[in-house]
Amino acid sequence: MIRFDSVSKHYPDGTKAVDELTFEAPTGQITVLVGPSGCGKTTSLRMINRMIEPSGGRIWIDDQDTSTMDETELRRGIGYVIQHAGLFPHRTIVANIATVPRLLGWNRARAEARALELLERVGLPAGFARRYPAQLSGGEQQRVGVARALAADPPVMLMDEPFSAVDPVVREQLQDEFLRLQGDLGKTIVFVTHDIDEAIKLGDRVAVLRAGGHLAQLADPAYLLAHPVDDFVADFLGKDRGYRALSFQGSPAFSLTQEQTVPLGATPAQAAGAARDGWVLVVDASRRPLGWIESGRVKSPIKPEMLHRGGTVATVGGPLRNVLDAALSSPSRRGVMVDDEGAFVGTIRAHEVLAEIEERARPELEDQEARA
Amino acid sequence: MTWLGDHLGDILGLTVRHIYLAGVPLILGLFIALPLGWLARRYKGLYPVLIIGTGLLYTIPSLALFIMLPFLLGTKILDPINVIIAMTIYTVALLVRTVADGLGSVPEEVNQSATAMGYQRVRRFMSVELPLAVPVISAGLRVAAVSNVSIVSVAALIGVEQLGSLFTDGFDRAFLEPIIVGVISCVALALLFDGAILGLTRLATPWQRAGEGSS
Ligand SMILES: Nc1ncnc2c1ncn2[C@@H]1O[C@H](COP(=O)(O)OP(=O)(O)O)[C@@H](O)[C@H]1O
Ligand SMILES: [Mg+2]
Repeated sequence: MIRFDSVSKHYPDGTKAVDELTFEAPTGQITVLVGPSGCGKTTSLRMINRMIEPSGGRIWIDDQDTSTMDETELRRGIGYVIQHAGLFPHRTIVANIATVPRLLGWNRARAEARALELLERVGLPAGFARRYPAQLSGGEQQRVGVARALAADPPVMLMDEPFSAVDPVVREQLQDEFLRLQGDLGKTIVFVTHDIDEAIKLGDRVAVLRAGGHLAQLADPAYLLAHPVDDFVADFLGKDRGYRALSFQGSPAFSLTQEQTVPLGATPAQAAGAARDGWVLVVDASRRPLGWIESGRVKSPIKPEMLHRGGTVATVGGPLRNVLDAALSSPSRRGVMVDDEGAFVGTIRAHEVLAEIEERARPELEDQEARA
Repeated sequence: MTWLGDHLGDILGLTVRHIYLAGVPLILGLFIALPLGWLARRYKGLYPVLIIGTGLLYTIPSLALFIMLPFLLGTKILDPINVIIAMTIYTVALLVRTVADGLGSVPEEVNQSATAMGYQRVRRFMSVELPLAVPVISAGLRVAAVSNVSIVSVAALIGVEQLGSLFTDGFDRAFLEPIIVGVISCVALALLFDGAILGLTRLATPWQRAGEGSS
């Protein structure tokens, strides 16, 4: 657990970068600090490992006051990942990852073995070990940055916009893998971003900051979307809040509509026979959905390029948002549902999903009130 | 070319002395410039003072420095130590800025992440900042090396023997051959220094060539 206790940072020029910030980042969870540029996120993060000394207040890690700890020892026990990874250009990838273990006095063989293990863990081939950072793409460097931060297995990780400088597709991959990794490791993470979608996706808890390092609201993502505490938070969250909040609600066991499906190569007659309201779903040999087709337009055996690709697919029991989207995006208006193996199990209509949503209460105004 | 044939041994001896008088100050100067350059980088107020101050040293005419040093230091006028010290001063004059700029060329996020991982100041300097500053420092060192090889020859005027002695010798006897041989030897020596520094730099910076093949 990391605890900010009325922490302030005032610069000599009068800038109040952070003002009386109080919050807790619970053990084993991802706490995201999000807010507009210049609101004091980086400053707050760097006060944790004392790269910046607070001008007031205290920061605790578990029951230790960080200001009483040895700076160097404190830092070696905290993983740190930044935007452009900040890898050492003159060291190989394996040497980069082994940095903190080496600083801690591990022998070379042990540090390297650990580094190779982490290389694999973050999804990079062992062949990268002897390369230099300049030989890796931005996304790959960022993975190395994460591996390097994890090398000495620190209980705490600080991450400052680690995925902001890579393109959206890679960013999404990195985010997914980061969540998977955290699922295994359960580190206490403070994650800084200016991107509210990233905050909502990654955070167990999200702290929205406003200029001057003031905490506007701290809550879990679903609650935040449902109950922004004021206009600032609401504007910052942006539009589609109601829709996005559905990401955090699992779907019940809907009773799905059974569909007759056809395989690739089906004849016009077979397609017409299976179609309902003019549309039929095509599946592969493992019953995985391939796409919809309008039976009236089938003049020859069905080939892949004839299929309508627009519809999304939702997993049974997955977030309501995905189920609703499957229905909304389907050309037949029937949302395609699959099981965990990706095999087709049935369809659902948007009104059925909406009926379920209307039945539900909004996330409760429990004890999650902002502590700003 | 009988003169050259008769004096090959002498020329070799002069060359060795030239290497010594130009090379040792290069190394001494580098070691003095490293901490000064670091200070100039570390304390913003010191930067202009150190850069302008050491820069001015370079404008002192070499002959004047060679003559003044024995008085200032109480050394003998013919002692080569005067030349060594003078050349060290010139090397420092050229290298402080180079070192400061070299350290400045280290990406800020690299320094930040080194600090965040728990590098203490000296170790960070030795194992992160300095290696990354090598390409810039090496470029400055090559300029200083060529400059040293050239300036050292002036020391012939105060009687310290090296390749420059061939110029005074040829001048005294109105004889062109030693002068030509001296010029060619100096140029060759400058190229040798340059090549040596370039080679060592390549050895020290394998990472610099790493990015070339890919992407
Ligand atoms: N060394 C400094 N001196 C004065 N002001 C600073 C300094 N460092 C940061 N600031 C100011 O503090 C505020 C917060 O900065 P920062 O924490 O980097 O913001 P963020 O990471 O949220 O974008 C900004 O207004 C910034 O200009
Ligand atoms: Mg920032």
